[in-house]
Amino acid sequence: MATTRTIEVELSTTGMGADGKPRRVPLVTQGGEGLALNAPPAAEPDFDLEGEHMLINIGPQHPATHGVLRLVLELDGETVVRCIPHVGYLHCGFEKIGEYRQYNQIIPWTDREDYLNSIGNNVAFVLGAERLFGIDITERCTVLRVIASELSRIISHLVWLGTTCIDIGAFTPFLWAFQERENVYNLLEGWVGARLTTSGTRVGGMAADIPDGWIDGLKGFLRTFPKTIDECDRMVTRNGIWVGRTVGLGVMSPEEAINYGLSGPMLRASGVAYDVRKDFPYLDYETYDFDVPVGSQGDVYDRFLVRMEELRQSVRILEQAVKRLPDGPVNIDDPRIILPPKAKATSEMESMIHHFKNVMEGPRPPIGESYVPVESPKGEKGYYFVSDGTSKPVRWRIRPPSYVNLSAIPKMVEGHLLSDVIAINASIDIVMGEIDR
Amino acid sequence: MILPTPMLLQVADPTVAASTGVFLIATVVKMLAIFTLYMVGVAYTTLAERKISAWIQDRHGPNRVGPWGLLQVAADGVKNIMKEETFPGDVYKPLFLIAPALAFVPAMITWAVIPFAAPWGSPWGRIDMVVADLPIGFLFTLAISSLGVYGITLAGWSSNNKYALLGGLRASAQMISYEIAMGMSTVAVLLLSGNVHMSQIIDQQVATNWNVILLSVAFLLFLVSSFAETNRVPFDLPEAESELIAGYHSEYSAMKFSMFPIAEYANIITASGLMITLFFGGWDIPFTSWDNVGPHTGLKSAITFAFFLLKVVAFVFFFIWIRWTLPRFRYDQLMALGWKIMLPIALLYIVVIASAILALDATGLSRGTVAYQGALFAVNLVLLVLIVFVLDRGRLISPAYSRLERERVARLRLMAQQSDLATSRES
Repeated sequence: MATTRTIEVELSTTGMGADGKPRRVPLVTQGGEGLALNAPPAAEPDFDLEGEHMLINIGPQHPATHGVLRLVLELDGETVVRCIPHVGYLHCGFEKIGEYRQYNQIIPWTDREDYLNSIGNNVAFVLGAERLFGIDITERCTVLRVIASELSRIISHLVWLGTTCIDIGAFTPFLWAFQERENVYNLLEGWVGARLTTSGTRVGGMAADIPDGWIDGLKGFLRTFPKTIDECDRMVTRNGIWVGRTVGLGVMSPEEAINYGLSGPMLRASGVAYDVRKDFPYLDYETYDFDVPVGSQGDVYDRFLVRMEELRQSVRILEQAVKRLPDGPVNIDDPRIILPPKAKATSEMESMIHHFKNVMEGPRPPIGESYVPVESPKGEKGYYFVSDGTSKPVRWRIRPPSYVNLSAIPKMVEGHLLSDVIAINASIDIVMGEIDR
Repeated sequence: MILPTPMLLQVADPTVAASTGVFLIATVVKMLAIFTLYMVGVAYTTLAERKISAWIQDRHGPNRVGPWGLLQVAADGVKNIMKEETFPGDVYKPLFLIAPALAFVPAMITWAVIPFAAPWGSPWGRIDMVVADLPIGFLFTLAISSLGVYGITLAGWSSNNKYALLGGLRASAQMISYEIAMGMSTVAVLLLSGNVHMSQIIDQQVATNWNVILLSVAFLLFLVSSFAETNRVPFDLPEAESELIAGYHSEYSAMKFSMFPIAEYANIITASGLMITLFFGGWDIPFTSWDNVGPHTGLKSAITFAFFLLKVVAFVFFFIWIRWTLPRFRYDQLMALGWKIMLPIALLYIVVIASAILALDATGLSRGTVAYQGALFAVNLVLLVLIVFVLDRGRLISPAYSRLERERVARLRLMAQQSDLATSRES
C-alpha cells in the first residue's frame, strides 16, 4: 500500500533504533501501552471498506500553525486517525548561548523565546536570578513588575484571541484585538523604549522607571479596554457557529490534564484551579484581589472562556496595582549589582570602578541553584539556574509551558476533523519560539 | 374543482413587439451594456469588500490609488495581468487552465435572464429590459448555476495538491447539497407565480406583493443556500485559509488566480440579482404603482433600473457584512445543516404552502387582496417562529461529536495500528 509506506518514511524521521531499523513511536496508543512490534494483528484491516488513508502535512509553513509547528496528520476522509507533531524548526539554542552570557545579558534572549510575553519573561527571568543572588527588590519595583506581567498577559491573550478567531473563520475580532494590543505596546514603548523586544528588567530592579504621565495613559487604557473585550465577547461567545465549532472539542479530563503536565488556562479549563499566582505567590500576588476562572468540560470552548475571563481579571489586578504604586527607588541600593547613574560614573572614582566591574565582569551570584515559577499567559513558566559562583550561569533552563501543553495535541485531535485540528491547536496557544528555544 | 383565475394586473406593455432588426440591435446593445456594467460591478465589489471590511474593522482600507482608493481596482487588475504565470510540475494542464474560466462563466451567463428594468415602449416597438427573455428563465438559472461547481472541483483536482483536493472535494459536496435546498425553496415561488418565466415572476409580485412577505421561509432558505453556493463565510470551507491554506486555488497564480475571486464576486452579484427577482419584486419600486402601468417611457425604465441597482448594492453589502461578522462552519455541520435541516424544511414548506394556496384560492379570495396576502404571511410567520425558536441554534449546529463517536475513533485507531504492523512486517 502506497499510503502506508509513506507513513513508514514519516515515522522513521523520528530516529533509528539500536538494531538499525526505524524506531517506531507508539503515538497511537496512549496511557503507557506501547505498540508491541511483533504482536500479530487482531484482524486484517479491511482497506476496501475504509478506503485509503491520506497523509497530510500541516506546516511548518501553514497559516494556522502559529509559527513553524509541523503536524503530520493521517486522515481517513477528513477524520484524523493519527497526529504526529514535529518541533524544532525554530531552534536557536537560547539555553546554550546563555551559558556564555552574564545574567543581565541573557535578558534580551528571554524577549525572543515567548515573544508575545516578552516583558513577562523578563520579569520571570529576574525573579529566578534574584533568588539566586538573594536580593529583595524594592516596593515600587514589585508593583511595576506586576503591572508589566499583567500588561504582557493582556498582549498574549489578545493575540491568542485574534488568531483563534481567524482560525475558526471570524476575521474581525482579530483586528479589534490587535488594535488594543497596539495600545499596550504604545505604553511599553513609553516605558522601556521598545515594543516587542522589551528587555525591561534588570537583576535587582527595572531598566527604567516609568516616565511622568505614564500612569494616566495606563488608566486610560484600563477604561477603554474592557469595552473591547465586551465587543469581542458579543461577536463570538454566544454565536451559534462559534459554540458549535468549539464545544466538546479536544476534551481533557482533569486527570488527563494533570498527567500530561498541562498548566495555565489549559489546565484550568479542565477544572483544576491551579494558578501559580495563587498557589505559589510571587511579587505579592497574594495581596491582590482577583479570581481564578476554572472551566468544567475541558474543551476548546472552556479554554476560550477561561482566557476571556483572565483578560478581565488582569484589568482588575492592574487597577489595584495602579492604586497602590508607591513612590521611592526602583532599583536596589547595591552598586555590585546595579549600574551607577551615568553622571556619577563619569565624575566619581568609586562609581566608575563599580561601573567597570559591573559591565566587564558582571554581578556574581553565590554558588547554588534556583527556580521561581511564575504564571505566564501560556501556563507555569520558570527559569532554572545553576551557578558556580562566576558571573555566568553554568546552566540555565526554561520551563516552557507551550511545549508541555503541545505534547497533548495527539491525544486531543485524534478522531476529530481536519478543521478541528486547527481549532484545538489554536486553543493550546503555542508560541514556537518558546517551544524550540 | 376549478380554481378561480388570479386577478393579475396587466403589466406587459400592449405596444407591438419590435421587429427582428430592432430586436437584434437592441439585444446586442443590451449584451454589451450589461457585460460592461457587470464587469465593472464585479471589480468594484472587490473594492467595496475591502472598504466595508475596513470600516467594520476600524481600519482605513485602500486609499492610496485615486480618490478614496477608487482606482485600486485598476491597479489590482494591472498587477494581476503583469504577474508571472506559474505552473507547478504535476498539474494536469488542460483542466488547470480551463477551471478558472469554468468558475466564472456560469455566474455571468445566469445574469442574462434576469430582468433589470421595466420594459421600454420605444418608438420602434417594445424592448424588454432583459438580455434574453427566456420562457424557461428560472430553470435556466438552476441548470447553469449548477455548472459553477465544475470550475472549483476541477481546479482542486487538477492542481495535484492535497490541500487543493480537499478544497475541491468540499466544494463539490457543499454546492451540490445546497443546490437541492435552493431548488426546493424556489418551488414555492413557482407555485405562487405559476410560471418559470422571470418576467412573469416579477409581474406576479407586482400584482400581489413581494414574495419576501408572501414566502418568507422560502426566502430564508434561498438566502442561506445562496451563501453556500457562493462559498462565502460562513460557508467558505472550500478555501478556508486557516485550514486549507487557500483550498482549491492554492496552486494558482496571476490572472488565473484572480479569476477565482472574480468568480466569487460575480456569483455574489448574480445571487443578489436572483434573490431580488424571486423575492424582492425585481425592478419594482415599492409602495407605488406608477412604475408598473403604462405609458412605458424610457425614463421609467431608467428609474426602475436605478432601483434594481440599489437593491443589488444592498444585497452585496449584506453579503460582505456577513462575511466580516461570522465564523466558519465545520464540514460535518455544513452537511448536517444542508441535508438534515434545510432540505426537510424546504420539502415541508412546499407541502404547507401548496395547501395554503389551494385553501385560500378555494375560498374565492382574490390574490390581490390584503386578506389573501395576510393569510399567507401569517402561515409564514408561524413557520418562521417555529424554525427560529423550536429548532434553536443549539440543535441546528451540532457541537463536536467527540463524546458521541468514541467507538468509531477507537476503530480508526486500531486500523492505524494494524496498517503500521502490516508495513513493519513487509520491511
